[in-house]
Amino acid sequence: MHDIFVLAEHREGELREITLEILTLAGQLAEQSGGKVTAVLFGSGVDDYAGKCASFADRVLVVDDPMYENFNSAAYQQALALLIKTEKPHLVLIGNTGQGVDLAPSLAVELDVPYSSDIVALTLEGDKPVATRQYYGGKIEGRIEFKDADLYVLAIREASTPAGEGGKSGEIQKIDNPVTTEVTVRKFLEYVEAAIGEVDITQSTMLVSVGRGIREEKNMPMMEELAEALGADLSASRAVVDAGWLPTDRQVGISGKTVSPKLYLTVGISGAFQHVTGMKGADVVVAINKDPDAPIFQYADYGIVDDLFKVVPALTEKIKEMKG
Amino acid sequence: MNVVVCVKQVPDTSDPDTEVHIDSSGKGVDESKFSFVINDADNYAVEEAILLKEDQGGEVTIVNIGPEAANQVVRMALAKGGDQAIRLDDEKFAFSDITATARLLSSAMGDLEFDIVMTGCISSDDGYSAVGVTLAQMLDLPHAAMVKSVEVIGEGKLKVGRELEGGLMEMLEIETPCVLTIQTGTNEPRYASFKGIRAASKKEIKVMDLAATGLSDDQVGEAGSTAVMVGYSVPVVGELAEILEGDAGETSAKLSGILKEKGLV
Ligand SMILES: Cc1cc2nc3c(=O)[nH]c(=O)nc-3n(C[C@@H](O)[C@H](O)[C@H](O)COP(=O)(O)OP(=O)(O)OC[C@H]3O[C@@H](n4cnc5c(N)ncnc54)[C@H](O)[C@@H]3O)c2cc1C
Ligand SMILES: Cc1cc2nc3c(=O)[nH]c(=O)nc-3n(C[C@H](O)[C@H](O)[C@H](O)COP(=O)(O)OP(=O)(O)OC[C@H]3O[C@@H](n4cnc5c(N)ncnc54)[C@H](O)[C@@H]3O)c2cc1C
Repeated sequence: MHDIFVLAEHREGELREITLEILTLAGQLAEQSGGKVTAVLFGSGVDDYAGKCASFADRVLVVDDPMYENFNSAAYQQALALLIKTEKPHLVLIGNTGQGVDLAPSLAVELDVPYSSDIVALTLEGDKPVATRQYYGGKIEGRIEFKDADLYVLAIREASTPAGEGGKSGEIQKIDNPVTTEVTVRKFLEYVEAAIGEVDITQSTMLVSVGRGIREEKNMPMMEELAEALGADLSASRAVVDAGWLPTDRQVGISGKTVSPKLYLTVGISGAFQHVTGMKGADVVVAINKDPDAPIFQYADYGIVDDLFKVVPALTEKIKEMKG
Repeated sequence: MNVVVCVKQVPDTSDPDTEVHIDSSGKGVDESKFSFVINDADNYAVEEAILLKEDQGGEVTIVNIGPEAANQVVRMALAKGGDQAIRLDDEKFAFSDITATARLLSSAMGDLEFDIVMTGCISSDDGYSAVGVTLAQMLDLPHAAMVKSVEVIGEGKLKVGRELEGGLMEMLEIETPCVLTIQTGTNEPRYASFKGIRAASKKEIKVMDLAATGLSDDQVGEAGSTAVMVGYSVPVVGELAEILEGDAGETSAKLSGILKEKGLV
C-alpha cells in the first residue's frame, strides 16, 4: 500500500490553505507511486471543508464531533494514531504550522516511526521518502534520508508547494469518532486575536522595515529619520519586536502581518522564510544588509551589500536633498 | 515549581560575519569562525523558568547536550538564576536526529523531579521545531508548543497561550507535569548580575557520557536516528536582487535615483 494521509487544518471557520498545498503535493507523489490520497478531517460541522478537500483527494475521512471544533493536539493525536493503525497509510503529511508542530512529533513517537519537519521538498525514491530542508536560516540545504519503515510522518513547510486546481472528486466517508473518552490533560479555552495598534501597516504604501542588524534600541531614531524622509511607516522583523524596540503590530511575517506596500525597504533583516512570507505582496523590495549571502537578496529587487550604519544616514541625506 | 530548561548552543547567525561554509565531509559546516550564543528561544525559556521560580519557589535545572565549550551558555543560565546543570557529552552523540536528541534529553530527566520541562520552540541553526514535543511523548507527558504565556492557575494546572499564525493566541489549560516549547518574545530576558556570574562559576555542571545516560550505542547518534541528514548543499536560488555597487555615498545616490524614477520619492 502506498496510501498517503493528509491532515486537514482549519481554524475559526476556515479551511487553511496549507491543507490544499499538501494535498497537491500528496497528489504528485501518489501519481508517481500509484497510491491514493486520503484527506483526514476532524471537526464539527465541516461538510463544507470536506467538499473542498474532496476536489484534491481520492477520499476524505471525516470525523465530525464537537470534540474537534477547535484544535487540541491531545485529542487529534489519539484519534489520528487509532485511524493510522487501522488504515495503515505509508505516509502521513501534516503542515509544519502552529497546529502541526504541536502534534506531528509526538504522533510519530507514539507510532514509533521516522519523522522529519519543516520539509521544503519531498520526493519518493522507490518506496522511501527523501526530504529537503533548510539550515542556518536558509543559507544551506540538507538532504534527509530515512531508515526503512512502513510509515513515515512528515511535516511540510507552508507555501513550499503551491496549491493546484483540484478537479478530483474524492469519496467523502463519515466515520465514528475513534476517541471515546474525553481528553482531560489539555483543554482548549479560547482564541485571542492580536491587538490592533495605532498604525495599520497592512494599509501602508511605503514601509521601512527594521531588523536585528541595527543591534541596539538606541539606533531606532536613525531608522525613524529615514522613514520620515521617505514618508514611510516603520515595520520590523520579529527579532526587533521581541526585543521591544517596536510594538507587535509592526511585525511583518507569518506570525505578524502580511503587507503590500509600493516600497518595502529592509534594513538589517536576514530574510528568514517566516519574515518574507509576509512581504511577498510588496511592489518594490530593497534590501540593505552587510552579508552578501543573506537570503533577503533572493527576494529583493535592489540590494546594497554594506554596513547599514554607513548607508542609512547617507540615504536619508540623499532623499532629503531630493525632496528639497 | 521545579522547572527543567533545555538549552542549545548555536552559532550567532545574526552576525553579518558568520559565514556558513559546508566542510569537506559534506555533512557539516566549518565552525572555526563561528561565535556561539544561546539559542534565541532558549534564552526566553530560561527567563520564563526563573520568573516561575521567583513567583512560586522551586528549582531550575539547566540541561544541555554539547561539548565543553557549551559550558559558556550553561553558566550564563546558572548566573541568571538556574540552580543546577547537566551537560550530556560524548563523541557518540554526534549526528543525532530529533529522536536521538530528545532521547538523550529524556535520559537526563530520569532522576529529576519537575513540574515543567521547557525547551525552545525552534533552534536557529537546524530549525526542526520538534525536540520539545518529541521529548514530551517520550516522557509520556502532555505538551504545548510555541508557548508565549504561562500562568499557574491552581494545583497541577497551567493556563498557557500558544502563538499561531498572524499572532493569534490559542489559550489552553494543561496539567502538570508537562512540556512547554517556548517562543521568542515571551518575556524580557534579564542580564546576569556580577554576583550571579560569580556564584555560577562555583556551581557544578554534572557531565553525563553515554554510560551515564544508561542508553546503548544504537540509541544515540546516527545509529539511534531514523532521519539521517546525508549531505548539505548550497541551495539553487532564483534571480538575485540587482546589487548597487560603490561606497555608501554612491549606493545611496543610485538607490534614491531608482526610487525617484519609480515615483516612490
Ligand atoms: C554534525 C551534526 C550532524 C547532524 N546530523 C543530523 C542528522 O543526521 N539528522 C538530523 O535530523 N539532524 C542532524 N543534526 C542536527 C541535529 O542534531 C539537531 O540539532 C537535532 O535534530 C535537534 O533539532 P533542533 O536543534 O533543530 O531542535 P528543535 O526541534 O528546533 O528544538 C529546539 C529546542 O530543543 C532543545 N535542544 C535541541 N538541541 C539541544 C541540545 N543540543 N542541548 C539541549 N537542548 C537542545 C532546545 O531547547 C531547543 O530550543 C546534526 C547536527 C550536527 C551538528
Ligand atoms: C513560528 C515562528 C514564527 C515566526 N514569525 C516571524 C514573523 O512573523 N516575522 C519575522 O520577521 N520573523 C518571524 N520568525 C523569526 C524568524 O525565523 C527570524 O528569526 C527573524 O525573522 C529574524 O529577524 P532578523 O532578520 O531581524 O534577524 P537576523 O536573522 O538575526 O538577521 C540580522 C541581519 O542583519 C544583518 N546585519 C547585522 N549587522 C549589520 C550591519 N551593520 N549592516 C548591515 N546588515 C547587518 C545580518 O547580516 C543579518 O542578515 C518566526 C519564527 C518562528 C519559529
